[in-house]
Amino acid sequence: MKVIIRLIPLILFLLLGVLLYRGLSLNPQDMPSALVGKQFPAFTLPNLQNKEQQLSVDDFGKGIKLVNVWATWCPSCKVEHPFLVKLSQDKRFNLYGLNYKDERVPALQWLENYRDPYVFTIFDQQGSLGLDLGVFGAPETFVVDHHNVIRKRFAGVLERNVWQREFLPLINTIEDEIANGQ
Amino acid sequence: MDNKQVSKSVINVFLAAVATLLFATLFASKAAAGPIDTYTFPDEVMKVRFQHLTYELRCPKCQNQNLADSNSPIAQDLRHEVYEMLLDGRSDTEIMDFMVDRYGEYVLYRPRVNSLTYLLWFGPVVFILIGGFVVFLFVRKKEVKTAALSDDQQQQLNSILKDD
Repeated sequence: MKVIIRLIPLILFLLLGVLLYRGLSLNPQDMPSALVGKQFPAFTLPNLQNKEQQLSVDDFGKGIKLVNVWATWCPSCKVEHPFLVKLSQDKRFNLYGLNYKDERVPALQWLENYRDPYVFTIFDQQGSLGLDLGVFGAPETFVVDHHNVIRKRFAGVLERNVWQREFLPLINTIEDEIANGQ
Repeated sequence: MDNKQVSKSVINVFLAAVATLLFATLFASKAAAGPIDTYTFPDEVMKVRFQHLTYELRCPKCQNQNLADSNSPIAQDLRHEVYEMLLDGRSDTEIMDFMVDRYGEYVLYRPRVNSLTYLLWFGPVVFILIGGFVVFLFVRKKEVKTAALSDDQQQQLNSILKDD
């Protein structure tokens, strides 16, 4: 009994050590979105390429959608852009852009210079849709399923490893759901 | 001018300098505290509510600051949003819910009491109770022991007491 009591501080210390050590490897920016499992918020915003056209949720295609939040003031967006261009060739989903708190002229210039991977780009100058999506920076990427439900939110630069680890399995899952008529 | 007058004027100058410095630091610290917004409120109550809300809501980007403290673009936007909603006549709870719906429970510096946060809220009380119980156990054990004196010791004690 005495031995056990004497060991208690050591055990507590070890438990605390394990807890704190785990904390070292957690990414504090990796937060679950409050919107996962909810409908994509309603919006009425102009098309970046066509001032006259007002876009809404209904303009999204029927299948799986990727919505990428970007801006010309965001250096990381430039880093991930070539990967987005590559992704746009994948026919299993449609890639849409959300130009977040940006100016129209440099944004259009950007798409011209680095190629345009998006089916269309929503022009959200005030950041109103960004606010409804809980966006707090760029780049961010959302996976939206065939019922317009947000399935995933990813904050940060999209690259091959993240894509294979976090996005591909989800896209497969949604494809299965579509095939099963869910 | 005699000596008395000179020392008096020196003291006056000194006091004036101290007063100026005090005022300067007062205003300087006020100006340095947090970002500067130029919101005007229709009444004092709304101003206090605004200050309270931006104090209680956390900036999603800069994770150890609240909205009132942070200069990041998202914090500016959210402060503006809070301001607009206040003018719109929404209640504090509605504004909190609005933020939680978009940014998650994470934005609340004072987490809500629910099954997920029971440990957080009541853990410390439980730990104090456990600690108190352990202390109680130890203390009670020691109380029981009362050492009796042997005959030799009793004689020694008696002789010491007699000496006095």
